[in-house]
Amino acid sequence: MDILGKHGVIERNATLLLTLSLVVVSIGGIVEVAPLFYFQNTIEKVEGMRPYTPLELAGRDIYIREGCYTCHSQMIRPFRDETERYGNYSLAAESMYDHPFQWGSKRTGPDLARVGARYSNEWHVEHLSDPRALVPESIMPKYAFLATTELDYANIAGNLRANAAVGVPYSQAAIDNARADVVAQAGLDADTSGLLERYAKVTTGDFDGNPMKITEMDALVAYLQMLGTLVDFSTYDAAANYR
Amino acid sequence: MRYMPWFIALASGAFICFALAGLAVDAPFRLHMGIIAAVLGIAAIIVARLPEKSAAEIAAEQEGYFDAPIRVGSILTVFWGCVGFLVGLVVALQLAWPDLNLEPFLNFGRLRPLHTSAVVFAFGGTALITTSLYVVQRTGRARLFSESLTWFVFWGYQLFIVMAATGYLLGITQSREYAEPEWYVDIWLTIVWVAYLVLFMGTLIKRKEPHIYVANWFYLAFIVTIAMLHVVNNLAMPVSFFGSKSYSLFSGVQDALTQWWYGHNAVGFFLTAGFLGMMYYYMPKQAERPVYSYRLSIIHFWAIIFLYIWAGPHHLHYTALPDWAQTLGMVFSIMLWMPSWGGMINGLMTLRGAWDKMRTDPIMRMMVIAVAFYGMATFEGPVMSIKSVNGLSHYTDWTIGHVHSSALGWVGMITFGAIYFMVPRLWGRKQLYSLRLVNWHFWLATVGIVIYAAVMWVAGVMQGLMWREYDTDGFLVYSFAETVAALQPYYVARAFGGFLYLLGGLVMAYNVWMTIRGKVRNERPIVEVTAPALQPAV
Repeated sequence: MDILGKHGVIERNATLLLTLSLVVVSIGGIVEVAPLFYFQNTIEKVEGMRPYTPLELAGRDIYIREGCYTCHSQMIRPFRDETERYGNYSLAAESMYDHPFQWGSKRTGPDLARVGARYSNEWHVEHLSDPRALVPESIMPKYAFLATTELDYANIAGNLRANAAVGVPYSQAAIDNARADVVAQAGLDADTSGLLERYAKVTTGDFDGNPMKITEMDALVAYLQMLGTLVDFSTYDAAANYR
Repeated sequence: MRYMPWFIALASGAFICFALAGLAVDAPFRLHMGIIAAVLGIAAIIVARLPEKSAAEIAAEQEGYFDAPIRVGSILTVFWGCVGFLVGLVVALQLAWPDLNLEPFLNFGRLRPLHTSAVVFAFGGTALITTSLYVVQRTGRARLFSESLTWFVFWGYQLFIVMAATGYLLGITQSREYAEPEWYVDIWLTIVWVAYLVLFMGTLIKRKEPHIYVANWFYLAFIVTIAMLHVVNNLAMPVSFFGSKSYSLFSGVQDALTQWWYGHNAVGFFLTAGFLGMMYYYMPKQAERPVYSYRLSIIHFWAIIFLYIWAGPHHLHYTALPDWAQTLGMVFSIMLWMPSWGGMINGLMTLRGAWDKMRTDPIMRMMVIAVAFYGMATFEGPVMSIKSVNGLSHYTDWTIGHVHSSALGWVGMITFGAIYFMVPRLWGRKQLYSLRLVNWHFWLATVGIVIYAAVMWVAGVMQGLMWREYDTDGFLVYSFAETVAALQPYYVARAFGGFLYLLGGLVMAYNVWMTIRGKVRNERPIVEVTAPALQPAV
């Protein structure tokens, strides 16, 4: 046990103790976390992923702001009951443009990874406004204020630019037209050709039942309605992507 | 004016925040900066009105250990504890009766980070800073090396708490669990934390004791590791320097593992290593015995700080995280059981030959049950990190129960013990106002935790089993809504457990307050002091 006897050297030198501690706590992160950034197979090869439209991104920001992730996961595990309840298990590729990720850690409410296109816009608006009117057992808070709060999208191009800066492939045209794309997707501009050219599989129209205004409800419902709808699972090769 | 530099700093801080509010590009940022400007402005006025001190008072303050901020920190620890427990009770009641949500500011989604941060960072963080500065002075026989830096660390950290808490209610969040504050609050915390590291290291370096006592190893590892975790996990790109919103540098699976590398080690270093430092000083002091084993403390110190860092992926079992990372995380989580119990054994065995104190000293009892809860939670944790167990427990209230048995049981109880130990000494009182009230606190808290943890175990396992239950025809038996409805009675019972724990906290606040005022309660002692029986002459 002579090694332990030599420990006195470290105990007498604060700088040595600090340095050694830092070295010891760094190893795990370097060996375990860092490889995810350069292992090619970390993210599956899939077709259909695209960045969020400006309106969806604004909705996602509201989802984050309201702390939806504290009760809803967006990560379906590969279990029989989960895939039957929620749909195909989630892929890493499906959150590749998610800064930050929204996998969640608790299911006080159901998983939302594939909630998109499952319910009507009207259902979502009514459910968010008064959850217990539609689901009596629900313990979700009410979010009626979203329908009366106008969406602040004056600086939405800045949000796209920040995402582009951390690696989301927004084109310059997408950034330049961000505000117009919000208006087009929310159904206030009949000409949606630019939006549809830039983003595949986009749902447009009035989401909140109030065609006069673009509200936070419009944005949040637009986001919820696209969740889990992008990847084309008919062309997905699960065996080739086993990690 | 003696505090002129502080006044100038606070007033200019208020002015800068006021200017930022004017330049804001989004409404939450404007409101947040306005609130911070008001807080700093009020602080500046308070500082300007602080009474002048006589030369004799100032000279007296320069002697011995620098305990003024530690007195403030002790009071704040008790205060934040009660606030955190209260918000916890509110969110627990919201889950039982959802009509208690008041949109938008007091909805569960905004209050939940307020609760976790109030307990972890406000209560736990203030307790750690306070006790670490108390311990490093006494075990090194050295006064803190800079008074101004100490006050900066103290009030700077409190400002961080206020910024984080007000931000949550306004919906300013990064959605990274236990790291919710946005980029500008993170930058402020980084500055404060580096100052804390400098203060702690500086005091260690000027110590008169040749050996650095084991409690300080843990405090030091906690401070430096949290600095590393905090900086890496909060890397983000702000939309504007005049706005609250930022986007994480990493995305998806890499972001998830970075977050849980941070998240699990917020548990491992903030809530474990730091509080082990607390245990290593206050427990031997209260027991009046040396630490059980010096060798065990060396082995378990290096083992625990090495292994903890690897455990993060167990928060991501069966997710889209590659399997190799999940398995690695699970293996290290199970190994972590051993050094964790090394700490528990070292703490408990410190009482060898003094177990009678469990009967006679309620403060000792508090510390012992803290270590016992630590042992239970660090056994339960590795079990839950096993993939097949986690398949059931993940996403359920079992996790919530596990977290609370360690947070309420270990972190809370060891802090209460340290507070009860320090307060009479810091204010020069012979004893606490009342040991019987400590005993009341002990039982209220213990019963509260037991109710909480037991109810959440049952609720979590039930929830997990209901989600995966099939009937004989191969159909899922329960809709999700039915599983929510089934939890209601458990949520009510859990809130009751939390209420008892809060009640215990309030009893402590009263006891501490009366002790500071110098009162002693007229009560029957815990152990009747009787004249020793006559011994026969040998």
